[in-house]
Amino acid sequence: MLTVKSVHTYYGNIHALKGVSLHVRPGEMVALIGANGAGKSTLVNTICGLIAPRKGSIELEGESIGGLTPEEIVRKGIALVPEGRQVFATLTVEANLQMGGFVNRRNKRQVEEDMEALLERFPILRQRSRQLAGTLSGGEQQMLAISRALMARPRLLVLDEPSMGLAPLIIREIFSIVQELRKEGKTILLIEQNAKAALQIADRGYVLETGKVVLQGEGVMLLEHREVQRAYLGRGAREIWEA
Amino acid sequence: MDFGAGWVQYLFSGLTTGAIYALVAIGYNIIYNVTEVINFAQGEFVMLGGLMAVFFVGTLHFPIPAAFVCAVLTVSCVGLAMDRFVLSRARNKSVLSLIIITIAVSILLKGAAMFEWGKDPYTLPPFTQGEPITIFGAALQLQALWVLGIVALVVVLLSIFFHRSMYGKAMLACADNPRAARLSGIPVRQMVLLSFLLSAGIGAAAGAVITPISLMEYDRGALLGLKGFGAAALGGLGQFFGALAAGLFLGLAESFCAGYLSSGYKDAVALLLLLMVLFFKPEGLFGSREAAKLKRF
Repeated sequence: MLTVKSVHTYYGNIHALKGVSLHVRPGEMVALIGANGAGKSTLVNTICGLIAPRKGSIELEGESIGGLTPEEIVRKGIALVPEGRQVFATLTVEANLQMGGFVNRRNKRQVEEDMEALLERFPILRQRSRQLAGTLSGGEQQMLAISRALMARPRLLVLDEPSMGLAPLIIREIFSIVQELRKEGKTILLIEQNAKAALQIADRGYVLETGKVVLQGEGVMLLEHREVQRAYLGRGAREIWEA
Repeated sequence: MDFGAGWVQYLFSGLTTGAIYALVAIGYNIIYNVTEVINFAQGEFVMLGGLMAVFFVGTLHFPIPAAFVCAVLTVSCVGLAMDRFVLSRARNKSVLSLIIITIAVSILLKGAAMFEWGKDPYTLPPFTQGEPITIFGAALQLQALWVLGIVALVVVLLSIFFHRSMYGKAMLACADNPRAARLSGIPVRQMVLLSFLLSAGIGAAAGAVITPISLMEYDRGALLGLKGFGAAALGGLGQFFGALAAGLFLGLAESFCAGYLSSGYKDAVALLLLLMVLFFKPEGLFGSREAAKLKRF
């Protein structure tokens, strides 16, 4: 589905991605974990076209998408649920969903049906469909952001830090939504700092560190890897003062 | 003229000028809604619309309706060019820098108009010939009806556009969060271009329709722009019906002040109202406080 091959991305002179390669197969959920500043968001921005890669290739089902604009990439079938949700705060919930379906605007019926299905799925959004999105709680906004991305009928759904800034109970809810989407056969790339939660539900995972993939493997196995436990879960290694 | 006929006359002239302020305010709102930029060249679009109509009628001898349409189209292209060749080059600068650029464009347009048309005021024949209608002893020019009709039409069409159509909503989404809009597949650049096209066209329509009543010269834009901005702020930035109501209110306030107090204070009324709004109710009379809080500027 998605193939990223030795991609290098720069912010000005800062070499943020140093040859990252990864792939996502159809119907698979892949987690990308890493600490702050590891380059997760840079990778997401590169895949979604907000920054152009300087070297390497990005392909969606064999078609090169490196260097296209974000609008074109959405049309090709990658929808992003951005970090920090980024709903259209001054628009109603309904309008937010319609905007998610902007790429399908030629087919009004389909947009209406998709919206109806999502409102059916998230009754809380139907309740608030006439409210401004900015007045929703964090969890509700995250549901809206996910729904908005689904409105584009993406082939690949990219979730950037969906748990950020949410209460633990809400995080569990959001993750169960993501799991459901996976069961329905959606292909998902999940970017998370919360390594444990992400690897538990993912088929495979990649660990990113200072712009490079340092580890990869099946989700649960990766979770048990000594390095991951040490670096992200704070287990198995002696604390500095013990040494 | 007795007292009774006086106030009806003030009412008519107030509504007419008020309608023009409303159109200018709506022009501000469209660009503001998409880019959060206050386009201070909006008044110049009005001036250009009037003078362009004069050019098409006087020099090229077009019939009035054709001249009106041509003036609107030409000025729309000026608006388009302003975004495409000037503002888009500074796209990554802050909103404030963009606003300052619009002031520069307005000075430029004014200077160009002075070179082309000189400093004399121009007029146009009214859109329909005929004697003014007399109501309660006050004269209502037929052209005033044209002004009110065009304003009403613009307001209704725009409301439908922004609240019902995908493109209208997409324009609002761009203003709200351009990055998220791009990530939803909305071509932000085109939406901004469309907003400049629309608001320049609306400004030009206002200019062309008011010229038969109040004449037009190269430096009318600044004051019209300022009063239109007053109306936009009073009505709540981005609110179309707010702009309409506030524009009419401003026009009436001016007209009655000129009639009963002194016409010397006429221009002060609008500015005083603008200051009061900015001090005490910055979200405007019709703006939603909720939405204002969620906006950045």
